[in-house]
Amino acid sequence: MIDPVLASRFQFALTTIVHIIFPVMSMGLAPFLIYFTWKDIRGGDPVYEQLRRFWTKIFAVSFVVGTVTGIVLEFEFGTNFAAFSTTAGELFGGPLAIEGMMAFMLEATFLGIFVFGRERVSDRLYMISSLAVGVGTWLSAVWILIANSWMQMPRGYELVTEDGQQVVHLVDPVAAYLNPRFGYMYVHMQNAAVESVALFMAGVAAYYIYRHHVWGNKTKNIVFWHKTLKIALVALLITAPLQVLQGDLYARHVYETQPQKFAAMEAVWNTESYVPEYIFAIPTDLSQLTNPRAKELFGVGIPGGASWLASGGDATAEIRGLNTFDTEAPPVAIVFWSFRAMVGMGFWFILLAFWGGYRWYTGELFEDGLLHKALMTSSLLGFVAVELGWVVTEVGRQPWVIQGILKTSEGVSPGLTGSEALITLVGFVGVYTAILALYSYVVIRIIRGGPPDMDTLESAGDHDAPPAGVPGDD
Amino acid sequence: MTSTSVEALASGPLFGLPLPELWFVLVFGLLGTFLFLDGFDFGAGAIFATLTDDDAREAVLSAIGPFWDGNEVWLVVFGGALFAAFPAVYAGLFSRHYLLMFGILGALILRGLAPEMYEQRHDERWQRWWGRSFVAGSILAPFLLGAFAGNWLVGTSRSFTVVGVVVGITVTALTVVSGAAFLRLKTQDALPKTVMWIGLGAIGAYLLGVIVTLGVLAVQLPAGVDAVLSAPVLALVAASVALGVGYGVALRLGSNMVALVAAAGLTYGLIAVVAVLMYPSIDPAAGLTIRGAIVSMLPLNLMSIGAALLLPLIATYFAVLYSAFSGPVTAGEAY
Ligand code: HDD
Ligand code: HEM
Ligand code: HEM
Repeated sequence: MIDPVLASRFQFALTTIVHIIFPVMSMGLAPFLIYFTWKDIRGGDPVYEQLRRFWTKIFAVSFVVGTVTGIVLEFEFGTNFAAFSTTAGELFGGPLAIEGMMAFMLEATFLGIFVFGRERVSDRLYMISSLAVGVGTWLSAVWILIANSWMQMPRGYELVTEDGQQVVHLVDPVAAYLNPRFGYMYVHMQNAAVESVALFMAGVAAYYIYRHHVWGNKTKNIVFWHKTLKIALVALLITAPLQVLQGDLYARHVYETQPQKFAAMEAVWNTESYVPEYIFAIPTDLSQLTNPRAKELFGVGIPGGASWLASGGDATAEIRGLNTFDTEAPPVAIVFWSFRAMVGMGFWFILLAFWGGYRWYTGELFEDGLLHKALMTSSLLGFVAVELGWVVTEVGRQPWVIQGILKTSEGVSPGLTGSEALITLVGFVGVYTAILALYSYVVIRIIRGGPPDMDTLESAGDHDAPPAGVPGDD
Repeated sequence: MTSTSVEALASGPLFGLPLPELWFVLVFGLLGTFLFLDGFDFGAGAIFATLTDDDAREAVLSAIGPFWDGNEVWLVVFGGALFAAFPAVYAGLFSRHYLLMFGILGALILRGLAPEMYEQRHDERWQRWWGRSFVAGSILAPFLLGAFAGNWLVGTSRSFTVVGVVVGITVTALTVVSGAAFLRLKTQDALPKTVMWIGLGAIGAYLLGVIVTLGVLAVQLPAGVDAVLSAPVLALVAASVALGVGYGVALRLGSNMVALVAAAGLTYGLIAVVAVLMYPSIDPAAGLTIRGAIVSMLPLNLMSIGAALLLPLIATYFAVLYSAFSGPVTAGEAY
């Protein structure tokens, strides 16, 4: 029978990896929707009403799927990681409870108005609702990342043994919750969300524009897609460079606070200086191909690159090797490759942004078929980069679940049996595959359907009074 | 925050309040609020099963459309509050009833996806399947949740027990009671009349369920008959019967708001029975009492400040939401 520890880890990995897709979509869409709503309410160009209505459909579906997959996670800490929850509950439970009260309540209630209430409420309340939903999604990330950054970099606590079990006591809430890690994480995560959604919007728009302009397959509402592409490009031009610049600072912070993870990201086994940043690397010995402990790497590297990253500019700096730590190393190959792929995509997105920006500048944005193809193939890559970034963060932290305090293997529920864990793991593989298929199906359908036609739009203007025929209060 | 204020927060409860007991009340209050509000949606799901007419089905879905997500968050907040205030209980309880918890989550997935998916396509087959998903989730979720509460109370570590089944059925009936009152307010034409009869049936089933539950509890609880026949429990049961009768009368007379308030009273009454029977324990299976399981003073005070600030705000959000959609909802309202 499968080991409950292993099954719980797989299950948690699967359920978070699926969950994060939907928050990224809704957190990334939120600023766009607020902007569209604002422009729509101010009147003027009706394309903003189309934009608002079209992207709200995708937002609504993402939100629902985000909700059903999120609740699973919230319960999983108790079901599968009971020992972790008991040990860390005093610090960890608070942010989760506040997240629910402060963020989820705000977004879930105002979402009702935002999605169903355009005809019912005043422009003002409608605008407030879009803001509340947006602020709510961004606040969810605040609290969950406060919890996660504490797991990466625990501070402000005291370890006490109660009834033979180690328990964390909160002693300094400011140190614990205003963790420096949180700032890096939040900026990197939220910028990643906006960047991913900008790429997605650009990819979808590029598809229609390519069909229309390059292929000559005339598309209704082509102006809508022109506008979408331009707005997405603006967002991409801001977020793509920021992500890489800030990621660089973030990597340095990881080196300072989690040297073991950093060593895994760079696959540095022995403490060395002038460490190259491998862009590509294979083990020198084929038998080591599947062995994450492959020590000898043959590859193409930027001399001193990793040292430079760790130290903030000194290519000769020393990096502490994995062999110098008492605990076993995390699965190096996974961390190493995930990090590389994320960084590589980060640079690719900058290239895309500048390419698009340049074509816009030269007036050929709608004619460059190659650009359109590049955008189409990259439309989901932001999400891929987010997943890989999380894999670096979470797998790189192994064997710890709370860095330096609790090992993952000690965090699993003591009473959990292998068969119970296996039943739910298999169930999740099935259910989540179905959910992903369903979500993709619905989103593709919405995209195929395109924006609402201009002539079905509400007559611009007064929404203050409910339309006739809607009965009032009783 | 200065270190002196941290010290002050770590040294004793805010204003000398009995915070552990207040959090015990709050945790059950959150569970009750979830049961009452999401009861609208679960009940709507059960009632949906009895309807064959397309328009009527659409009307039921439109009625809960803007609300169900907000209602469900009360469950998330219940979990969060339990985790924050009584981490060992959260961990012990959820891992002990492992499969039951995932059953609840599965039911919530079926229920949560259904209303959104149902509207995505308008062909018959698609809507038939999502209708089934909606019904199954709406009936299973309160049933399993009731089973969870029953098992929690008697302190068993088994997931499927007699108490569990009895409480589960009772809670499911209760959600139909709330759902019927809610749909009476939110629908038009012939539907409110059908819903009234369902509501009357449900209230009968619910009251019967309460009596059977108490009978089973008298046998299963360590304190047995004495606990069940104690003054607070008897008072709560008497109040429930009165509220139940009031609910039925109000529904017949068309005072739907009164019926809804009665349903709220019934829900909090049931949760109060569970809390009273459990007190001062909070996890009978692990022998944990409220005072034994509570987190230490500093996080408790911080959480109490957070809750005191946020809960009134949340009440405002719900007031805004429910008043924005007061009165019957017309089918197909969206975006
Ligand atoms: C669009 C997505 C995206 C892109 C292009 C990048 N990242 Fe990233 N990265 C994420 C999305 C992301 C993420 C998924 O959002 C993570 C996971 C946890 C977090 O805070 O952000 C992450 C984590 C993460 C970590 C791990 C932190 C930890 O262990 O806690 C580091 C060191 C970097 N990133 C650094 C970079 C660098 C140097 C990049 C480019 C040159 C880069 N990221 C591009
Ligand atoms: C949503 C984005 C996230 C993704 C994609 C993600 C991914 C993962 C993965 C892949 C693992 C398995 C690591 C392993 O066992 O080797 C894991 C473990 C875990 N993560 Fe995350 N994670 C995310 C966010 C979070 C957050 C926000 C928290 C805490 C608040 C968290 C807490 C945990 C815990 C408790 C474990 C289990 C113990 C462990 O295996 O280390 N995760 N996560
Ligand atoms: C692994 C730990 C996590 C847990 C326990 C968790 C928990 C939850 C829960 C319970 C919900 C449903 C709320 C509702 O009913 O409305 C939810 C939704 C959400 N979560 Fe997570 N979550 C986790 C990871 C993350 C991360 C890493 C982020 C972003 C940085 C995030 C952002 C969101 C957002 C924005 C929503 C709203 C729904 C949506 O927009 O899709 N979550 N999460």
